[in-house]
Amino acid sequence: MQSEKLQSQTATPQQPRQRTRPRWRVLIRRKPLGAISAVILCGLIATAVLAPVIAPYDPYRFNLNERGLPIRLQPPDAKFLFGTDTHGRDVLSRIIYGARVSLIVGFLSVAIGTLAGTLIGLVSGYWEGSIDQALQRLVDTLMAFPGIVLALAVLSVFGQSLPNVILVIGLVIAPGASRVVRGTVLSVKHNIYVDAARAAGASSWRIILRHILPNVFAPILIIASVWLGNAIVIEAALSFLGLGTPPPTPTWGGMLSGEGRRSLETAPYLAIFPGLAISIVVLAFNMFGDAVRDLLDPRLRTH
Amino acid sequence: MWIYIVRRTLQGVLVLCLVSLTIFSLVRSLPGDAIIMQLDQAAALSKEDLARARQELGLDRPFWQQYGIWIRGVLHGDLGHSLTSRKPVSAELGKRVTLTLHLAILALCVALLIAIPVGIISAVWQDTVMDYTGRLCAIIGLSFPDFWLATVIITFMAIWWRWMPPMGFEPIWVDPVKCLEQLFIPALIIGARLSAVLMRMTRSALLEVLREDYVRTARAKGLRERVIILKHALKNACIPVVTLIGQQFSVLLGGAVIVEVIFLLPGVGSLTLDAVMLRDYTMVQGAVMFFATVMVGINLLVDVSYAWFDPRIRYR
Repeated sequence: MQSEKLQSQTATPQQPRQRTRPRWRVLIRRKPLGAISAVILCGLIATAVLAPVIAPYDPYRFNLNERGLPIRLQPPDAKFLFGTDTHGRDVLSRIIYGARVSLIVGFLSVAIGTLAGTLIGLVSGYWEGSIDQALQRLVDTLMAFPGIVLALAVLSVFGQSLPNVILVIGLVIAPGASRVVRGTVLSVKHNIYVDAARAAGASSWRIILRHILPNVFAPILIIASVWLGNAIVIEAALSFLGLGTPPPTPTWGGMLSGEGRRSLETAPYLAIFPGLAISIVVLAFNMFGDAVRDLLDPRLRTH
Repeated sequence: MWIYIVRRTLQGVLVLCLVSLTIFSLVRSLPGDAIIMQLDQAAALSKEDLARARQELGLDRPFWQQYGIWIRGVLHGDLGHSLTSRKPVSAELGKRVTLTLHLAILALCVALLIAIPVGIISAVWQDTVMDYTGRLCAIIGLSFPDFWLATVIITFMAIWWRWMPPMGFEPIWVDPVKCLEQLFIPALIIGARLSAVLMRMTRSALLEVLREDYVRTARAKGLRERVIILKHALKNACIPVVTLIGQQFSVLLGGAVIVEVIFLLPGVGSLTLDAVMLRDYTMVQGAVMFFATVMVGINLLVDVSYAWFDPRIRYR
């Protein structure tokens, strides 16, 4: 409910600019790399959505040869483009389905993390004082844990599952996001139009949502786009360490761990393809994030 | 300046208290008997053992008392006993801390040795081929997950050169050759990623500083460009870079966890993962506490170092 409210509020100040010049055109003209990465990411989303149509095999099926034995560790050939794994499952199909977990975790964890961070940052920056102090010490505390270590500890207690992984990555993102939002709020709230709104009798939440939040929108978008890649890497790392989405669900990180990892010396291709998938997607997210930052950060735009 | 340092130290201590409270309540949010069950799984224990463990863990007392007992132990260097091996957690941690710190410092050195020169080159020759190459390498470097890089490197080194990471760790002051042989590649993997982040920051910080008036003045004085960049600009450009090192230290330690697991290095990172897998909660508590303490310490160091980089803070 809160998110709908936030979105409807943020849409207002963006409209005039969109009317004068569509944003995607600006992106292509000024940031060709960003545009290319956007295309890659659209392809990725399409792959994830259309996985059942695109994937040549069932990612869970142990493919059998004519003698009824699983085709284990088959190197890449015309039939299995990326080969098969230790159970005879098609690696390409598993990579295609793996895009789903990566994307779901990436988008949801970033949404949760930035939303929580924004709320904390708005409250902390607007009211300052003792609420601010209390919230900031909480943020300090969360930031004192290395992300992976925090995730490991939380998952060890609450158990591994897809929702827990998403929440944990959101928890890793939120403190940093709240800092950025708080900083922006602190610099914005002394503007005259904020005083004017207050003088006109606007309530605190109205001032925050209508007058301060639109200013915070650009930094939030920057953090979100930068964190998407990181979130996917953390998810893959957790799956790799055996604490992500439990098998047999195909995940890119999970494909690099366990039995796959032990048979790498005989079947190095098992490590190459999932890793490349992660790298390409993260590279695309990073380039897209850079482009978004360059376009939205007014300080950088003036240079 | 001393007031500033004291205030920051007190803040650090407060954060550590909150950190310990967080870790403690996280583990205690399990039903109390989950820990006892863990003990039971680890070894067939007699009734007396269970009763002793329950008493030792103080699971029958109220939360605050339990926390008080635990934190008093922590302050005396006693982190309790491992639920699986029954050995003291602090002794187990002590054995492994050296390796992880070696790895972290070595990785930081690698990162700085790459990031600072490349960042300077990229900023000074902005928008040239060198700049674009540096930035492209950085963004590609950022995109390779460390666990994949480590897996690929260890696999192909084994296939091509029959190379395996040597076992058993020696500190650098005992056997520098063996130590580096063992830690150089892991440190390179962690450091490469960090260097990408730091290089980008060095570049943009230096670009900003090079537009300052005092740099123009230095140029007008007829100073050589080398002196201006290395002596006048770099020191000021270092402030955001050092801040970033503090923030990125978590990435570095996280990288250490992963690389230790892959290279089978006996550090705190692999200890943490083993403890998590075995649900050895006292060990998890101890290891996480170690990581958080290092992080708080590093960030304190970063804040204090501002005073050296930025004289304005010194006189505040």
